[in-house]
Amino acid sequence: MANPKPEELAKIDYQPPKTGWMDTPTVFKPGIFPYACKPKSLETVGFPNPRQWSVKDEDWKLPPNWQEIFIEGLRERVSKYRSFRLFLDICVRCGACADKCHFFIGGGDPKNMPVLRGELLRSVYRKYCTTTGRIMGKIAGARDLTTDVLKEIWYYAFQCTECRRCSLFCPYGIDTAEITILARELLNLLGLNIEWIAGPVANCWLTGNHLGLQPHTIKDAFDMFCDDIETITGIRVTPTFNRKGAEILFVIPSGSMFADPGTFTCMGELLLLHELGLDYTWSTFASEGGDFGFFTTNEMAKRLHAKIYEEAKRLKVKWIMGGECGHMWRVWHQYHNTWYGPVDFLEEPVSPITGTKFENAKSNKTIHICEFTADLIKHGKLNFDKSRNDNLIVTFHDSCNVSRGMGMFEEPRYIIQNVCNNFYEMPPQTIREQTFCCGSGAGLNASENMESRLRGGLPRANAVKYVAKKYGVNMLACICAIDRAALPPLMDYWVPGVRVTGVHEMVANALICKGEKKRTTNLRGEPLPGMEGE
Amino acid sequence: MPYLEFEGQQYEVDEDGYLVDWQAWKEGMAQVMAAQDGITLGNEHWEIIKFLREYFIKFQIAPMIKILVKEIGKAFGPEKGNTKYLYELFPGGPAKQACRYAGLPKPTGCV
Repeated sequence: MANPKPEELAKIDYQPPKTGWMDTPTVFKPGIFPYACKPKSLETVGFPNPRQWSVKDEDWKLPPNWQEIFIEGLRERVSKYRSFRLFLDICVRCGACADKCHFFIGGGDPKNMPVLRGELLRSVYRKYCTTTGRIMGKIAGARDLTTDVLKEIWYYAFQCTECRRCSLFCPYGIDTAEITILARELLNLLGLNIEWIAGPVANCWLTGNHLGLQPHTIKDAFDMFCDDIETITGIRVTPTFNRKGAEILFVIPSGSMFADPGTFTCMGELLLLHELGLDYTWSTFASEGGDFGFFTTNEMAKRLHAKIYEEAKRLKVKWIMGGECGHMWRVWHQYHNTWYGPVDFLEEPVSPITGTKFENAKSNKTIHICEFTADLIKHGKLNFDKSRNDNLIVTFHDSCNVSRGMGMFEEPRYIIQNVCNNFYEMPPQTIREQTFCCGSGAGLNASENMESRLRGGLPRANAVKYVAKKYGVNMLACICAIDRAALPPLMDYWVPGVRVTGVHEMVANALICKGEKKRTTNLRGEPLPGMEGE
Repeated sequence: MPYLEFEGQQYEVDEDGYLVDWQAWKEGMAQVMAAQDGITLGNEHWEIIKFLREYFIKFQIAPMIKILVKEIGKAFGPEKGNTKYLYELFPGGPAKQACRYAGLPKPTGCV
């Protein structure tokens, strides 16, 4: 399906319908919703109600007692998660969040205001879990759970990327992402997932990564990376896999092993870690930093998360380093300790190069490669030729989960400024904790919902366009695999000419390695500045 | 559930026309699918389709573009080992269109 032209898509109608939200039926628009999950994906992990179904069909083939399942599931979660109950109870509908959501800004659909998206489920909660709602009904903002209501909750649960920008502006601190997370969990009880999430979850359960890369596939891809690195730098890097007794286990998102431009980030990491002579290993089992289980149920997220630590235990490593991945860090920062803590078989991470003790990783024994690299730079352990990146005018997109979810703002900027001469920030209200989502997070980076992704990505793209015009920015750096997959089509659509890179790709391009040959191209095989004729 | 009609039989495909079971693929299906896009498959197309099938059988995933480019270049000459050539053959993209003709599923995840 062809997408509307940018100038068409940018004409956004913010006029709300004349009817109240409960009386305005939700119309499913092609280009907005992702495809239904396939039965095989659900069966693989034992999820309920596997069957062939389509979002476009009237009949979603729900279990006969689906209302009971949903309401019981809701009651159970309301009593289990106090935060969830609080978030459902305390919203005063002030609307501070309304215009903070990228999907609302880029699409104008009032039900994408976080307050109203939450209200879709909140109204059901009132009806079945509160006395006033049960008695007063609509006056108290309560409504019956009908199939139309269920479908509406589904439609908007998969138009939220769980980026939590809205939470930042909520005077009560309501985490609307958590409402979406639990709405999706309830939908999952009825087999109402999407294939772009359920497929990767099944793959990860079977192979250890979302793409379903088998050990020999990973090895084959890495062999090619090593060949390319050798051609470009003259250095043969020699990564090891599943090596017992290594000091560090390094885990990256599988998207960086098998899709451009993420593969260049992976190559950058390979070169850096080789140059340091770090005693580390890759794993073909713990071969995924991300956790799409997090977009289905907490239990599934836990099941997939465990593999990294089980592998760390099996390989007897001392600590774990994680790569440029997004929601991996939210999981580690906010959920790990209740899912898998405390970890008694690993040590508090210490950089073997600088001796820095990463006290911030005391509990989960895991550090981010940007923390590691920034520390190396701070201690003067790396030599750079920044001019190799002089063809790049860079801006940095804070990946939601790393910035808002983990609180890391400085390290990637510090690294970029040490490896590039041209760096410009986007406007302050669009970066750091206020960063705008790529529009495709939380498992929404499918192709059939491209219009929704382009709309959701508009605020981010708009900020990039601003710095592209003002400073000539031509490279958007980020530290998340969904970003690296989602931002290139977003840029091609809204800001043609701006490309996307991981931070460690730029690090490796500028890094002066021992015994390297004179470099004429970057890791992408493109001529370095001044080397165009060679 | 949509179907692909082939030699009097129906084969399940997904919403985008990808064969649900890659093992059910038969060579003739590629031309049927291509005809729907107004493409007549020649030898050059088949070089790619056959490589994709062989890669998938070995690795259980479609190759990333740069592996495809590199391997096609090695096997059939440098003039064929570039994305421009592949896009000329498969205007819908070698990853999407050629994989569909080869009966392979779409990759999912952070890609």
